[in-house]
Amino acid sequence: MAGTGPMNNSATPPADPHPAIKFEKVRIGFEEGDILRGVSFEVQKQETLVLLGETGTGKTLSLKLAAGLLRPSEGNILVLGRNVSSMTERDLLAFRRQMGFVFQEGALFDSMTVGDNVAYRLIEDGVKDEEIEPRVLEVLRFVELEHTMDLFPSELSGGMRRRVSIARALINQPPIVLYDSPTAGLDPVTSQTIITLILRLRDVYGVTALLATQRLQDGFALANFRFDAAAKRVVHNVSNGNAAGAAKMQATRFLVLREGGVYFEGGQEELVNTNDEYLKRFLV
Amino acid sequence: MADTPLEVRGPEDKTEPQITVAGVLVNAAKGAVADVQDYAMLCGRTLYTLFTPPFYVQDILQQMDNIGAGSLPIILLSGFFIGAVMVLQTGSQFTRFGQSSLTGDVVAIALVRELGPSLTGLLVTGRCATGIASELGSMLVTEQVDAMRAMGTDPIRKLVAPRTIATLLTLPLLTAMTDFMGLLGGCVASVFSLRLSAIEFWRRAIDALDFADLMQGFMKPFFFAFILATIGCYKGLTVRGGTQGVGRATTQAAVLSSVMIIVADAFLTKVALYLADKLF
Repeated sequence: MAGTGPMNNSATPPADPHPAIKFEKVRIGFEEGDILRGVSFEVQKQETLVLLGETGTGKTLSLKLAAGLLRPSEGNILVLGRNVSSMTERDLLAFRRQMGFVFQEGALFDSMTVGDNVAYRLIEDGVKDEEIEPRVLEVLRFVELEHTMDLFPSELSGGMRRRVSIARALINQPPIVLYDSPTAGLDPVTSQTIITLILRLRDVYGVTALLATQRLQDGFALANFRFDAAAKRVVHNVSNGNAAGAAKMQATRFLVLREGGVYFEGGQEELVNTNDEYLKRFLV
Repeated sequence: MADTPLEVRGPEDKTEPQITVAGVLVNAAKGAVADVQDYAMLCGRTLYTLFTPPFYVQDILQQMDNIGAGSLPIILLSGFFIGAVMVLQTGSQFTRFGQSSLTGDVVAIALVRELGPSLTGLLVTGRCATGIASELGSMLVTEQVDAMRAMGTDPIRKLVAPRTIATLLTLPLLTAMTDFMGLLGGCVASVFSLRLSAIEFWRRAIDALDFADLMQGFMKPFFFAFILATIGCYKGLTVRGGTQGVGRATTQAAVLSSVMIIVADAFLTKVALYLADKLF
């Protein structure tokens, strides 16, 4: 992907000292009771945080809170140094353009073609037509779906819809992408394609990612592999044995949510070597 | 749960709440008040977006085509036969007193003042408020509305405002079409059933109408349009419970819009009569 957006700054880490995303004692609940009860965590810039947990533990909720789609009843959520929990909806609408959101089922606009879905943000921003088409083609090529430009979402498979959703989230090159169970319900081969895309975004463009999933193998794939831009393929981190690979490994952390709180936070090694009975059930 | 052998457990300390009649009534009242508050807020925000840019002109035109042109066939047919039925019902009574020529007056006044606006409002509600509610409801349950917000678009401006503007612009025109087709139907029925002359029918129908009647007849559609569009949008954007909820919201939108149009009609008629008395 060409362009001059924040995604192209991966070579030099930004000087801004704020973490990309910071949750401070966040509490939110509905009629059934509190789902998150004072959750705190941080995601550093260019880092990938994998959110794990059972159904209903607040993974999707955390992503929606980070995007400002929901407001916490208590606590603060800072994204790129700005408190999204106290921003007005009007300010949030503008601010959300710095984030991409990949919804679980894609959430593509079913009355629009794939091309229009991907171009949506550019059209909203009043970008000229002659500039829109090449940019849309570029991101569709990135997800290897340039041939679907004129198709409607209903004509695509589940995996293709998910890839179009990723393309749509990337169109204006946001520094942060939030993934809500991007591989849920997909076959292993398609899931691998999606993970490869996430690796490419992280390793080539330096995108910060918050990824909610129930599949631990997705998290391990992100921690153990990286995308080699020169070779244009996914390679094993450890096999290289170089510092860059090790650094990338550290850039993926895991956070397990349980009963409204953070049950575990740490790297792959800590998770794999845990003696905790509950965490071991994730590793089965 | 796709791949992890985890059991799903709720909070362990949760106790079953006791259900009482008073509790149910209080909760229902709270829910109703919250609904009214949310609807009022949606109306307020919609009114704000009606007068402030950006405007989604293409969406407005698309909705005008859907709501206006799309409703035309049912409006034309219904208007024609309502006019004809009115003549058949009233004509027989007038004939008993030898005043069948008054049929044109009655049909014109009843149609323009009352039947035209309310009938059009109810017909368009049946077709469009339900359509709006189901469309927006489906978008909500498939997270398309959240996706829109996540991409920096205000759903009120993008979804609610174009539908409201389109309804506001097209419902008065549809009402005019209903009035005209009603008079046409009345004329045909008069000619074939009461043996009145068509020219006489039209002359009397036009003479019977004054500006106050037209004001009343064309003021109401604007209010009805706002009611049916905003209730349709509100019900669509507050869907709960997946696809089943969409079906429920669609029914509620039709029922609530229809009732609100009839209630508003009573108040608007009183206001219009008062204004007509003071101004003309």
